[in-house]
Amino acid sequence: MNKLLLHPVTKPLVFVLALLPFAGLFHGAWTDQLGANPAEHLIRSTGEWTLRFLCLTLAVTPARQQFGWAALARLRRMLGLYVFFYALLHFLCYAVFDMGLGLDEGAWAEIVRDIPKRPFILVGFAALLLLLPLALTSFNRAIRALGAPRWRALHRLVYAVAVLAVLHFYWMRAGKQDFAEVAVYGAILGCLLGWRLLRRWRDARNQVPVRA
Amino acid sequence: MLIQTRNHGYDHTTPSDITPASVYQQRRDLLRLMASGAAGGALAGWAGRDAWAQTPRPGKLAPLPGAKSAVAGAATMEKSTSYEDASSYNNYYEFGTDKSDPARNAHRLKTTPWAVSIEGLVKKPVTFALEDLLKLAPMEERIYRMRCVEGWSMVIPWVGYSLSALVKKVEPLGSAKYVEFVTLADRKTMPFVGSRILDWPYTEGLRMDEALHPLTLLNFGMYGEVLPNQNGAPVRLVVPWKYGFKSAKSLVTIRFTEKEPGTAWNKAAANEYGFYSNVNPDVPHPRWSQATERRIGEDNLFAKKRKTLIFNGYEAQVGQLYAGMDLKKNY
Repeated sequence: MNKLLLHPVTKPLVFVLALLPFAGLFHGAWTDQLGANPAEHLIRSTGEWTLRFLCLTLAVTPARQQFGWAALARLRRMLGLYVFFYALLHFLCYAVFDMGLGLDEGAWAEIVRDIPKRPFILVGFAALLLLLPLALTSFNRAIRALGAPRWRALHRLVYAVAVLAVLHFYWMRAGKQDFAEVAVYGAILGCLLGWRLLRRWRDARNQVPVRA
Repeated sequence: MLIQTRNHGYDHTTPSDITPASVYQQRRDLLRLMASGAAGGALAGWAGRDAWAQTPRPGKLAPLPGAKSAVAGAATMEKSTSYEDASSYNNYYEFGTDKSDPARNAHRLKTTPWAVSIEGLVKKPVTFALEDLLKLAPMEERIYRMRCVEGWSMVIPWVGYSLSALVKKVEPLGSAKYVEFVTLADRKTMPFVGSRILDWPYTEGLRMDEALHPLTLLNFGMYGEVLPNQNGAPVRLVVPWKYGFKSAKSLVTIRFTEKEPGTAWNKAAANEYGFYSNVNPDVPHPRWSQATERRIGEDNLFAKKRKTLIFNGYEAQVGQLYAGMDLKKNY
């Protein structure tokens, strides 16, 4: 597995694969193949892809340690940046197609009013804001400048992002009583965060210094 | 003349928001009057042009033509949504929660034989076979705007008659203040009945004056044909000034009650779905801002969404039903 992960083609391949959902949505929007309500389709799909990449990113460390796939670490930063990419698209789709940004003069004011008015939007927006410093410090020089321990501490914000993202999704669906998908993402992210807590607790008991 | 103040529950940013609607309506009424009388033939064709031959019959199901309706507000001149969109994009939770689920799953519904029982506080409790219900009053075409609480809207040419025709026939008792609508909940054909999404069967309700309003439609068809299963066949309700979920599909029981009946969505989330659920841009929903809406098939991705109108634009017709009511409280 590590050999496969270290193959020079792997990283560009993952990069292209991760871009495919975006390409598909773009093509669908361009050719008007997103159904009766394309705006809703785009907002929903970009949100779902954000959650999927969040799951993948948070699965890297457990997979590395459980299965010894150390080379997965090469992909983590890219996957994390794709979380931000799809989250940003999700927000832009909401801002443009739902709130009329760029189409409607008062759209910014409308968005500013809307964010605190609807709690699930507020939570989603908070998650996006928390992703911002992670994306901005995702290059090597930022790590050096911050120092590895501080950088790691900062990037633990992604755990909060995961919690907020599930809450955002849950709240969006709450009135519709339709929790099947929320439960799936909640369970996956819950396991991935639970695994970390369990390991911390075990490490603390064995008095081994906590690893990132 | 209705004098409105902020205390009357609905208010407008400018008085001009309301005036054109009533003036427009008077003009339509005048035209109809002229068309039916003195002005005669030529003008009749012109006045009737909006409702006729606007949407071609899709040719998928049995025809069910309706005569042009004389009810005020019954025929908007806006462009009808395509049959394709109106029959493939809708909510019908008994068949699934995704908007493409109903069209995919509703073919299993058996619509014949069908009966609707009239119960409760009524002089003549009776069970109508669908055939008798179809014959109870002449079919009319009503082109209504339909506004979903999710922030999208359509324009649909329905075929049916005013619910009031049925109500008058069965003679409700003086104690009857509300009408409850109970819809089919059949585990065998409806895959989501049995899920805990809603408290089945799906129920809805109207106040008696709302039920008697001529715009409240007992509906059997759309686009000149019988209703597709996913749109509520064989008989449903259409209440054009309320959010779509108030218009219950596939009715099996109509019950007259003294107390306000519980409704399926109100039971599921009372803070989000009130009993009245009148379309109201000033009462935001926690999930969907209600100020604007996207007209399906017409407003493309980069079009500005249109402003939602109070009572879905039917204020001239129904506003007086709510005079003096706080519509923010009675949402």
